Amino acid sequence: MNNPLPTNANVIPKENKKLSFKLDFQAYTLIIALVLIALIFGFFTNGEFLSSRNLSNLFTQMSVVAVLAIGMTLIIVAGHIDLSIGSLVGLTGGIAAILQVWFGMNTVVVVIVAVAVGALVGLWQGWWVAYRAVPAFIVTLGGMLIFRGILIGISEGQTIAPLNNSFKLIGNSYLPYSIGYIIAAISVVLLFVSTARMRAKRQSMGLAVPSTFVDYGKVAVYSFFTLLITYMLNRYLGIPISMLIAVSFAGLFLFVSLKTSFGRYVYAIGGNAEAAALSGINIKRNVLYVFILMGALAGVAGVLLTSRLNAATVSAGNMLELDVIAACVIGGTSLMGGKGKIMGAIIGALIMASIDNGMSMMNIETFWQYIVKGSILIFAVWLDISSKK
Amino acid sequence: MGTFALQMKGITKVFPGVKALDNVTFSVRKGEIHALCGENGAGKSTLMKILSGVYPVGTYSGQILINGEAVFFKSIKESRQAGVSIIYQELALVEEMTVAENLFLSHDLMRQKVINWNKINAEAQKWLSNIGLNIDPQTKVGDLTVGKQQLIEIAKALTNKTDILILDEPTAALTESDVEILIGLLKDLRSKGVTCIYISHKLGEVMTLADTVTILRDGQTISTDPIKELSEDKIVTKMVGRELTELFPYQARLIGESILQVENYSSFEAHSGKSIIKNVSFTLKKGEILGFSGLMGAGRSELFTSLFGGLKGKKQGKVIIDGKETNIQKPADAIQEGLAYVSEDRKRYGLILGMDIAKNSTLVALNKVMKFNIIDDALEVKRADEITRKMKLKAPSLETKVGQLSGGNQQKVVLSKWILNNPKILILDEPTRGIDVGAKYEIYKIINELAEQGVGIVIISSELPEVLGMSDRILVMTEGSISGEFTRKEATQEKIMACATGGKIREQSIAY
Repeated sequence: MNNPLPTNANVIPKENKKLSFKLDFQAYTLIIALVLIALIFGFFTNGEFLSSRNLSNLFTQMSVVAVLAIGMTLIIVAGHIDLSIGSLVGLTGGIAAILQVWFGMNTVVVVIVAVAVGALVGLWQGWWVAYRAVPAFIVTLGGMLIFRGILIGISEGQTIAPLNNSFKLIGNSYLPYSIGYIIAAISVVLLFVSTARMRAKRQSMGLAVPSTFVDYGKVAVYSFFTLLITYMLNRYLGIPISMLIAVSFAGLFLFVSLKTSFGRYVYAIGGNAEAAALSGINIKRNVLYVFILMGALAGVAGVLLTSRLNAATVSAGNMLELDVIAACVIGGTSLMGGKGKIMGAIIGALIMASIDNGMSMMNIETFWQYIVKGSILIFAVWLDISSKK
Repeated sequence: MGTFALQMKGITKVFPGVKALDNVTFSVRKGEIHALCGENGAGKSTLMKILSGVYPVGTYSGQILINGEAVFFKSIKESRQAGVSIIYQELALVEEMTVAENLFLSHDLMRQKVINWNKINAEAQKWLSNIGLNIDPQTKVGDLTVGKQQLIEIAKALTNKTDILILDEPTAALTESDVEILIGLLKDLRSKGVTCIYISHKLGEVMTLADTVTILRDGQTISTDPIKELSEDKIVTKMVGRELTELFPYQARLIGESILQVENYSSFEAHSGKSIIKNVSFTLKKGEILGFSGLMGAGRSELFTSLFGGLKGKKQGKVIIDGKETNIQKPADAIQEGLAYVSEDRKRYGLILGMDIAKNSTLVALNKVMKFNIIDDALEVKRADEITRKMKLKAPSLETKVGQLSGGNQQKVVLSKWILNNPKILILDEPTRGIDVGAKYEIYKIINELAEQGVGIVIISSELPEVLGMSDRILVMTEGSISGEFTRKEATQEKIMACATGGKIREQSIAY
């Protein structure tokens, strides 16, 4: 994954290197799982799974779930849940399509409206959860039905297509090769520079600095994968725009979750709401913000999905929330709240998408995909719970 | 009243770092009401948990004999089967179920393939009239008063064949008339031959009710005497009679002008509108350590949680900080005004256990480690490092999750969190509860240093020596209002205890 930001792991004082390896173990198991999945599918599809063309498909497919998993991580970390996002993706995508296909509005306006509607819906649900103390499970379960109902109502049950070329391009176009490489190169440089700066700063403050080998080793591994993925994708059509969007949002929210007071407060609220409240944190407002962000991201995902399919259907996004929650949980987010990482959710989304994609390529029937994904979800949660002892 | 129903011999129980019980001997005669008295932390609850099998055999040393036979309880279930029933302060009834259902919840009558409800209700009616309660067995328990629920708990214990009934602070939450009913019931049970162990802080009740009193102090048995040879004063002396040692590093300080003035402050419960704090007035000065003493439930924590904006519900009165009248509605307002509140339950109200030390310690003063609204990681670690060093925190690293620390170190993280924000007024609610002696001493030193720097400090503590050893001045609260004030010089444990238990309860005991 392309991650230009330093992770939280840098603040470990030198004397605790051993401990830090132990703590990061979960992150490594995720990556090991991902590699295993890639190898297994690669083997059973005679390498076709790892071909440039399929990787391109895979990353395009995962982008919708990835964007949603970013918001869902915050929701779950705050100690809540959002079951409505599948319907909300359908609704916002449907509104975008209706405005463009029926009313001829241009793409920019349509995208803004879709995201704004998502945010407004998030505001509405967040208000119920935060200020009216209705459990999020209930509010969003209601929302799931309400938004699907509205979508069916306003679309009169029809599939709305086709969209303008400019709208279609969002989910179906690729970065030119050269720009792909330039972006990859810039991220690699940024990664090195920020690590070096962090080390210099810690040194100037007289704090312990992690070993050079560990720090730059990590950066080197990230850089290698960034460049490898860019290369693989450039062998086909280039980096998909939808993937770039997902990665950009991941970067943005990684920053928000680690470097802003809002992000810190979300973790504190999920970790112990009573203690957070007595520390002067405004629980209600921060929970409201989380739901607004989730709604806005659902709007983004709605646009991506509608664009990729070049159509809005009444069933678009159906059951998506389950994939998204599974991605978060597989990525190490605890349903008890207070614990979870955006990067984990992205990898979780990639794992879920890989299983979908790989099993389809092996011509395994759809029903098996449900069974396998469901089992993995239960297994991931069990792993989380049993690791807590 | 000849033979012993229960003998506990040489009971020693060690928790990590603390010896909770040290060679305790406790013998209860058949058919008597035996009061067990002692300060908070004296080891009463631990002793009862051993008796009832909460701490299974093997986790303590010593011997338990029931009716002269040695018993080895591995679980609560086994102690129940041997006829030992314990009723805790927090009731264990299912509020949504009926009285009858609760009474027979774990009874054989309920373990039938098909439950005979008529029989259960009839049986319930019998037991209710047995304990003198005239209510319909099909009433929901949640609809009854706490006092009645307490009686239902006792009835429930009796339905399961109880020889030894243990009551832990049964009257703490009861109104006076409910206390009267309870006392009547216990006397009635005594005449029917039930042995009863009665744990209470309310010495008036002990004097009216008990046949024998055993006093524990610091995990040791101090005495077992028949009630005839005791008086309330004698019990108090025995309970607290420990010498104040070098444990408290008190130094006379320069005390400045007033920093917090509370005038006619009252606070009401959010739902019921019941008055919790009644017309309280006091002043706290810069550099002063003001102790708040009183029994559990006297309203000390509630007073300061309310002042801190942590309680919902109506409030009245004036709060003046640094000469300015304030309007604190939520904790954020209080923090803005320079208040800090270290709560009595650090795990529940003080810490995010799953977060690391650094992040916990900067939670209140997060803006102090931000630049342009962005958290500066390096600065955060630096500040956390400085403050935790000052607090003498012992931990593997600042990235250690707070949940993995010992009680004393957790408390130091809570202190770090508040002190990093440079408070003007520091409220400490039970600051050393469950903390070993070494860490206690370090915390006392920190408190003194802060006072020296001019911070106004409030210490709420149920440990009398702590209040006496640390405070410049002591206020005593009883039932939501201030019932006494003592300077450091005039305060003694006996005076404070008398003031805290005083007045009403003594009158009550005369009335019985």
